[in-house]
Amino acid sequence: MLALNRLSLAAARTGLEQREFTALELTEAHIAAVEKARPLNAFITETPERAREQAKASDARRARGEARPLDGLPIAVKDLFCTEGVQTTAASTILRGFVPPYESHVTANLWRDGAVMLGKVNLDEFAMGSANITSAFGPVVNPWSPGELGAWPRRLVPGGSSGGSAAAVAARCALAATGTDTGGSIRQPAGFCGIAGIKPTYGRCSRWGIVAFASSLDQAGPMARTIEDCALMLGSMAGFDPKDSTSVDRPVPDFRAALTGDIRGLRVGIPAEYQVEGCPAEIQALWDRGVAWLRAAGAEPVAITLPHTKYALPTYYIVAPAEASSNLARYDGVRYGLRITEAGDNLIEMYEKSRAAGFGAEVKRRIMIGTYVLSAGYYDAYYLKAQKIRTKIAADFKTAFERCDVILTPTAPSTAFAIGEKMDDPIQMYLNDVFTVPASLAGLPALSVPAGQGVDGLPLGLHLIGRPFDEETLIRVAGVLEGAAGPLPEPPFVA
Amino acid sequence: MSLDKATVAKIAHLARIKVPEEDQEHLAGELSKILQFVEQLSEVDTTGVAPMSSAAEMGLRRRPDAITDGNYRDSVLANAPDRAEGFFAVPKVVE
Repeated sequence: MLALNRLSLAAARTGLEQREFTALELTEAHIAAVEKARPLNAFITETPERAREQAKASDARRARGEARPLDGLPIAVKDLFCTEGVQTTAASTILRGFVPPYESHVTANLWRDGAVMLGKVNLDEFAMGSANITSAFGPVVNPWSPGELGAWPRRLVPGGSSGGSAAAVAARCALAATGTDTGGSIRQPAGFCGIAGIKPTYGRCSRWGIVAFASSLDQAGPMARTIEDCALMLGSMAGFDPKDSTSVDRPVPDFRAALTGDIRGLRVGIPAEYQVEGCPAEIQALWDRGVAWLRAAGAEPVAITLPHTKYALPTYYIVAPAEASSNLARYDGVRYGLRITEAGDNLIEMYEKSRAAGFGAEVKRRIMIGTYVLSAGYYDAYYLKAQKIRTKIAADFKTAFERCDVILTPTAPSTAFAIGEKMDDPIQMYLNDVFTVPASLAGLPALSVPAGQGVDGLPLGLHLIGRPFDEETLIRVAGVLEGAAGPLPEPPFVA
Repeated sequence: MSLDKATVAKIAHLARIKVPEEDQEHLAGELSKILQFVEQLSEVDTTGVAPMSSAAEMGLRRRPDAITDGNYRDSVLANAPDRAEGFFAVPKVVE
């Protein structure tokens, strides 16, 4: 039998159901994997004792015949979800040592369903980044980096912002992880690390208790090694929550049941505008391959147009910083977080010094851009203009979905790059999200599924975008792509 | 749009982030680059287009105006950098 930490979440669940091993055994295997993988820097806080307690409680429930949907399955939690009694940092110095007195709605759902928490995983500071290099706790290394653990000639990035989640899952430290996605932060790291990740429809998962970045875009979702595992996770994470005014009150379907493999007659939109200049030939080849797989399974490719695609990134880089500047105003050194003050300082000086010391460079840049575009005299020219173009981007999708049922694109314009590359120019980094940002602006569900390897041997992902609340079609199509692509080999490092 | 040092200093103050004078020039360059990148939005005709402020196609829910939560002062204060007699403590505001 496979080592317990190399099973899929679904297979581990079956193993527990058939009493092949206990939740405690499964959890111990993962705790050992987390320790072995420490050079990846995927975890900010490990919680092995809590994991053991949860696993024992799970075994007791199962013995009583009261097992729940995710009972005894060890997962990692992005350190952006507040966890009661466990440090939650958002990978920022300003929140170092913050211990929430409450639990986020999504993680509470996961514990209700029996999942086991291995710890809190690294991310870009306040989820702002596409390479997990802005964390105050240091960068995360992609387990696909060639070479020996800890002695890599080139340390590859795992993508971001959910880089710790993606690295932990790819390295077999956790069966699955929670992520959050504002402009691509689940899908791009999933692509870079060769795993699957779903950004559900805006409103599907409650944002309550998740450290806010851009509230009209933020959405939690699952990351795991297979689409089936993501479907199982999403079923527990999703659901109405009156504490989030944008949470949508509709039933949570059995997402796994959507994996029928039958996509005959389904119309797959191929947007002309996603052929971006300077995109490597292997990305186009991957995309063509995806189209061929879906055609072979009986789907019908349809050429579509999303005319405002090129404006999505600039729109995003007004809307997201504007919301961030407002959301992050709460870090003022008064109620929680870092306070820097010297004798004789007044309140304003305390705010300015605390925020200067507590926020990293990228977070400061975005807060300042946001402050600027919201300031008197510039609000209409920048912020209001961007909101109007956001309307047009959303309308493009609405029109496109009259002609197709799902949209297929690549996940990212490249495979994983190395730490230190693309760092001189913030705009270069922003281009990582060129394929993922439009769906975020429109609030649509989207996912990334592993679809092969580039010429450098690194994983590549295909990206699917669906109609609002139609995650099931996405999952169904992703299952077909996953099957056609076949399993990826294991990365150079697995725990 | 290109930002000068004085504008950066003004934005930094509005954002309540202390930016030492020697860093203002460099930051002005970085922020200007981002603003030049977003400038292309001005080519789009948005006459008569309503701004989109939420991704959720729904009106805001109503709920009874009732107190459903509260009475845990100590946990609210637990993460405060400074507190006194059941309150958050800050540097002197009024002389």
